[in-house]
Amino acid sequence: MTMTDTAPAIVPNFGDEDEVDRKLVIICSKGNLDMAYPGLILANAALGEGIETHLFFTFWGLDMVTKSRMNDLQFTPVGNTAMHLPIGDSRMPQFLTPFPGMVSMSTKMMKKQIADLGVPEVPDMLEQIVAAGGHLWACRMSYDMMKLTEDDLYDGVEAVINATDFMEKSEGGQLLFI
Amino acid sequence: MTTTTIAGREVHVNDEGFLTEYDEWDETLAAELAQNIGVEMTDEHWAVIRFLRDDFKTQGETATTRRVDTVGGFPVKKQFVLFPKKPAKKMAYIAGLPKPHGCV
Repeated sequence: MTMTDTAPAIVPNFGDEDEVDRKLVIICSKGNLDMAYPGLILANAALGEGIETHLFFTFWGLDMVTKSRMNDLQFTPVGNTAMHLPIGDSRMPQFLTPFPGMVSMSTKMMKKQIADLGVPEVPDMLEQIVAAGGHLWACRMSYDMMKLTEDDLYDGVEAVINATDFMEKSEGGQLLFI
Repeated sequence: MTTTTIAGREVHVNDEGFLTEYDEWDETLAAELAQNIGVEMTDEHWAVIRFLRDDFKTQGETATTRRVDTVGGFPVKKQFVLFPKKPAKKMAYIAGLPKPHGCV
């Protein structure tokens, strides 16, 4: 038998009336496939919660928003002692990791696992983030270092900004460095 | 389990106020749920809610905003306009479904 209580009507609090708006700033500094996702997933979740969200792409993270690179970010098991193998709970011996073909094979594997979960590829994640009102910024120094032009960058990037601009944009935000 | 009275009848809800029984929902109830959270229902809102209901029936889980976009055909941007700030939760609440589980 299930106990059933009768309660007055409960209306969920969606925080619409909250006076202080939360703000999240994520610095994406890595260009490896596995390190691109944490920032994108969290940004997407934050936007779904009505949180103002900014992504700042710096150093290798700039690859995530560079047209020629964003579609084929890669994953390497080199230096990753946690690398799982599809057989049982085994780990990949580190001496094997730098072998030719290992990057493309492990990238393919990871992309498949991500797709199997119904999680979109990096460019699609970015598109969704922008559609949800997220802001994308590129780092000036990295942009200059890599000799990029604005045409090289994904269209959703609002501007190339310097460290001082970043300080202004991130004011009052919660910060995450990835 | 908790019951409460919405639109003049007893329904089962969880501690946040989300309906827990798929079959206790109908559109009269949804209209009141929407009103509770300040959403004014239009044809566009109803189309999204009906998609969520049908999708849950076949999938057994609530569609995420991504799925409402790619499968339902309602762009993410539109979802934010129709159900401001927290579309996934608001859509689920009005549709009488649990909050989505998926990350994306």
